[in-house]
Amino acid sequence: MAESALLELASCTVRFGGLTAVDDLTLDVAPQELVSLIGPNGAGKTTVFNAIMGVYPLASGGIRLAGRDIAGLAPHRVAKLGVGRTFQNIRLFKGITVLDNLRAAMHQDGDYDLLRAAARSRTWAATESRLEARAMELLAVFGLQARAEELAGGLPYGEQRRLEIVRALATGPQLLLLDEPAAGMNPAETQHLMGLIRSLIERYSLTILLIEHDMKLVMGVSDRVVVLNYGREIAAGTPQEIARDPAVIEAYLGEPVH
Amino acid sequence: MSTPPAWSHYLPRLGLYAGVAAVLLLVNVGLPRLLNAYLLQILVFAACNIILASSLNLVNGVAGQFSIGHAGFMAIGAYMSAWVSVAYGKTWLAPYADQPCGPLVVSAYLMGLMLLGGVAAAVGGLVVGLPSLRLRGDYLAIATLGFGEIIKVVLLNVEAVGGATGLKGVPQYSTLFLVFGAAVVTVAALRNIGNSIHGRALLAIREDETAAEALGIDSAHYKTSAFVIGAFFAGVAGCLYAHYTQFIHPRSFDFMKSIELVLIVVLGGGKLRNVAIAAAAVTFLPEGLRQVKDLLHLQTDPRMVIYAAILIAVMLLRRERVLQAVLPRRKEGASRG
Repeated sequence: MAESALLELASCTVRFGGLTAVDDLTLDVAPQELVSLIGPNGAGKTTVFNAIMGVYPLASGGIRLAGRDIAGLAPHRVAKLGVGRTFQNIRLFKGITVLDNLRAAMHQDGDYDLLRAAARSRTWAATESRLEARAMELLAVFGLQARAEELAGGLPYGEQRRLEIVRALATGPQLLLLDEPAAGMNPAETQHLMGLIRSLIERYSLTILLIEHDMKLVMGVSDRVVVLNYGREIAAGTPQEIARDPAVIEAYLGEPVH
Repeated sequence: MSTPPAWSHYLPRLGLYAGVAAVLLLVNVGLPRLLNAYLLQILVFAACNIILASSLNLVNGVAGQFSIGHAGFMAIGAYMSAWVSVAYGKTWLAPYADQPCGPLVVSAYLMGLMLLGGVAAAVGGLVVGLPSLRLRGDYLAIATLGFGEIIKVVLLNVEAVGGATGLKGVPQYSTLFLVFGAAVVTVAALRNIGNSIHGRALLAIREDETAAEALGIDSAHYKTSAFVIGAFFAGVAGCLYAHYTQFIHPRSFDFMKSIELVLIVVLGGGKLRNVAIAAAAVTFLPEGLRQVKDLLHLQTDPRMVIYAAILIAVMLLRRERVLQAVLPRRKEGASRG
């Protein structure tokens, strides 16, 4: 398993002063696997994402992506190596258009320098038409093509959530980190999102790490579930195993109501 | 840059370039015959302000890094190039004064100086850009303000460039062709950069730096670049300004000049075309208002009062658009979730 894992977290610990936000977490994610991180608020789930992206430094432990050590790299470097992410509180570029949100995300695909941009060189023209075509294609796949020229901040909430996922995809990631993509969605939207997430794995050969509080979604899409509490892993297994685990029920899920 | 096939890409635009050059030549020859020195000078100042404001727009409007020290970069470009001209240039170019090729040699020389002034200012931009990596919003604004003041104070005390008496005897090498040409090239280049992966990276940083980083955009590199590019064009404007007015003084590049440029960017709402229009308007308006005193037979000159009132009115009437791109964005509350 460890040999073929796309993402390997080895005894990762993240501390903020005296607080240990992530405590000795070890986790392997295989290619095209969907692993969910669940747990109560403040369990350290988003901190795991930030540690992978390099937003927070590790106090100890290591992170490898496709066998390459990425601990200590700046977020933009981690992103360039193939990690895309969405945020718990949507962080779209609200003041620019939907299309520009995607083209901004395709930044690393651009292969011309400033002078060529200023002179509108041939490389500029070729790259720009390629980026625009790819962006429109992605928007079409996610049913957002009619919104291309609208400001991202003007989109309805559900579409903003979707656009954020598309924007992360536009970077061409191997690994996608989704932070509560269903937050604030109604049941129908969540249902739609569930199908979308599964189809992403097929279509883009993605590996996904998902943080989510909506248990229906988690149980429906995950290959594996890891439960955190106070930064520690308290359980890991298939959705069925997790749903029956007494420690998880006590810390997070709660007793079924009779 | 020019592998043979690359040329063909520019062929369809040759007509446009030739047209612009022809208009500029016409302006160069025609306007001095039509207008007096005073009006010509205002036109030159307007062109300089267009260069300055559109380059500041890259930093303030596009990249969202609030800088109020832009006049400092202009000062570097102006002093650097003016000093070279006073100390060496006049002697170098003296032999060409009476020759038919003279104007061409002078123009080529000045273009070299524009580059020199621009590069010198760009180095200053790098120096200011680096703190921008650690400072945000109001704090960055104060740091850039401090930089502008430092430049001024240094220039006031360097005797080699005239110190507090200013630098006199700068030859008038700036032609309308070069001044307006530089303005056209600057606006076009900055517009093109805006519509490229680089411009969108800057916009992304303005909108949300954390998200931009998560998409693979190196915000440190881009924020510094914005300052360097902005400073370069300001340096070019400084060179043109110095070689038109023939006299520069540190106080020409003080805080008020920086504020005037920020004002233009704010009035233009961060949109390049509107910024250019605002730059021209802000240059002409106070001059045009000089007439008011005579027209109304007033004892005192009311022009600055009227000028201020017009600015306030514009801000009130077009507030949304004016402020849209320029003010540091405040989070509109975590809208759900």
